[in-house]
Amino acid sequence: MSESSIYGLMAEFDSAQALVDAAHKTHAAGYQKIDAYSPFPVEGLAEAIGFHKNRVPLVVLIGGLLGGLSGYGLQYWVATITYRTNVGGRPYHSWPSFIIVTFEMTILFAGLSAVFGMLALNGLPMPYHPVFNVPEFAKASENKFFLVVFSTDPKYDASGTRNFLQGLSPSMIAEVPN
Amino acid sequence: MATNLQIPVADRRAPVIAPGHTFSTVTEKISNIVLKRPISLGWIVGFLIMFSLTNMLAMALGYLFIKGTGIWGIDIPVGWGFAIVNFVWWIGIGHAGTLISAILALLRQTWRNSINRFAEAMTLFAVACAGIFPLVHTGRPWLAYWLFPYPNTMNYWPNFRSPLVWDVFAVSTYGTISLVFWFTGLIPDLATLRDRAEHPWAQKIYGLLAMGWRGSARHWHRYETAYLLLAGLSTPLVLSVHTVVSFDFAVGIVPGWHTTIFPPYFVAGAIYSGFAMVLCLAIPIRAIYGLKDFITERHLETMAKVMLATGLIVAYGYGMEAFMGWYSGSKTDSFLLWNRLHGPYQLSYFALLACNIGIPQVLWLRKFRVSTGWLWLISFVVLVGMWLERFIIVVVSLSRDFVNSSWGMYYPTKWDWMTYVGTIGMFLTAMWLFVRILPMISIFELRQLLPEAHTHEPAEVGK
Repeated sequence: MSESSIYGLMAEFDSAQALVDAAHKTHAAGYQKIDAYSPFPVEGLAEAIGFHKNRVPLVVLIGGLLGGLSGYGLQYWVATITYRTNVGGRPYHSWPSFIIVTFEMTILFAGLSAVFGMLALNGLPMPYHPVFNVPEFAKASENKFFLVVFSTDPKYDASGTRNFLQGLSPSMIAEVPN
Repeated sequence: MATNLQIPVADRRAPVIAPGHTFSTVTEKISNIVLKRPISLGWIVGFLIMFSLTNMLAMALGYLFIKGTGIWGIDIPVGWGFAIVNFVWWIGIGHAGTLISAILALLRQTWRNSINRFAEAMTLFAVACAGIFPLVHTGRPWLAYWLFPYPNTMNYWPNFRSPLVWDVFAVSTYGTISLVFWFTGLIPDLATLRDRAEHPWAQKIYGLLAMGWRGSARHWHRYETAYLLLAGLSTPLVLSVHTVVSFDFAVGIVPGWHTTIFPPYFVAGAIYSGFAMVLCLAIPIRAIYGLKDFITERHLETMAKVMLATGLIVAYGYGMEAFMGWYSGSKTDSFLLWNRLHGPYQLSYFALLACNIGIPQVLWLRKFRVSTGWLWLISFVVLVGMWLERFIIVVVSLSRDFVNSSWGMYYPTKWDWMTYVGTIGMFLTAMWLFVRILPMISIFELRQLLPEAHTHEPAEVGK
């Protein structure tokens, strides 16, 4: 098979600790385009593959601000400009009454931004992905831990990378077809 | 690690997960309930009963749409009746789910991981039941969208100074956020079901819902951030929802409603009834589906303690209401207290005191907290008591307010009862389906609780 038809090399490990150690070593060896897969969030794994910052909090902040501003803005516009109603002699801009809807809209927009922002940044939904071509990968959602070096990595070379991964004593190594 | 493992032994309390489980056994045990376990006769019979109650709800609502709200017992002065009583009761029940999933997550209470999934499902179904009532109580439910602000040819906008409009925003935000929170928690477990399912259709459906989740470290990192933020957002949200519901009352001038204690007292009451419902469901479910390893004695005991604590806050609320009836010197307020104790609804008031304050005090004794039979019974009593509380607040206050000439009694009709019992049927139908279609315990969060899940930084490469 030519290099382009290969997505990468996959190594399987039996424990979370083994995966974290292997990810650290692979990253330290100079591999940049790698990913690790686990059946639950493993502490320190993202850092081990060189992923430190994610933009979910920023998306949520922007969502929350937009929600709050639009909530308050709508009420302000309705109450003072387009549909002025005298309720119990209160001023048209009776802001204490507007707090609750503003609050709820902030939470609504921020919460939806958290979910959809997380999915979008993760590139989900993604119905097809090459890692699923390896039959053993079905255990990634149960009890096995996987490390993949992508073939696009500048340091990637089919036999050299395989030897390197072999040195991490995985329980299995497989080529991931594209 | 060795010292960590010894903690549950030294602890007098039961462990969160029974010892001896691995990633595989946890996965297998929970996913097999959905994928492998045959459907039992008991499940089918139960489902048929609950489903016929749901149909009764459909009948009651259908007749209501034809005839109007006149088929209910409501009239002037009691215009709110069962619809609002049941609305507040159901919304309150939902609160325990969000409390367990959000507030206990922020407090890092790991015992929540076994019960958050089905408590959240319970929240969703309870909010769905709650939503029906104000909708049909409007009298013209097909125009319910008028409650939302949208540009229209009538050039009309809702009055944002009204607590009823606040309620629309609070409840619809609560329903939406609860749904996405629950679904976000489900994604990794749906991937597990996709990988374990044997039937091609099951693989396709779970695969579609899992959206291609593959457990990448980058994905988990963003996922955990999003989940934590959702928990942080849901915490003030859940406290705000019943606060806003209490504003529906507290902003009015009716005696018994116009008090500042309502918001905290409503929130405590909501959590009280919510935990009672969680226990009422968890106790039979863990027995039937063999989940005693994951929902242990520890969970039941802790939930019983939460129930006891919130019950005492509710008792303080009752005490304060009675105190203010005397201390305010207001004639209508002191009459309200007299009317509750001696008026035509006195029986329901005494039943309320027994159910919410008296009987639950036995939970001070450990014997009752760890006996599933007793605990189930007490939880059921609390559910009845909290329903009576809303009945007292709505009906007793409205039936006799300021002017004697406008007093009147409220008697629920069979349509009121059919609607109420029907929503219980709908709630249980949804639960019935849920336990067989989706993993009722979060599998990946249980894996995280196992000792093998903990990692440490390697010394030689860690920066």
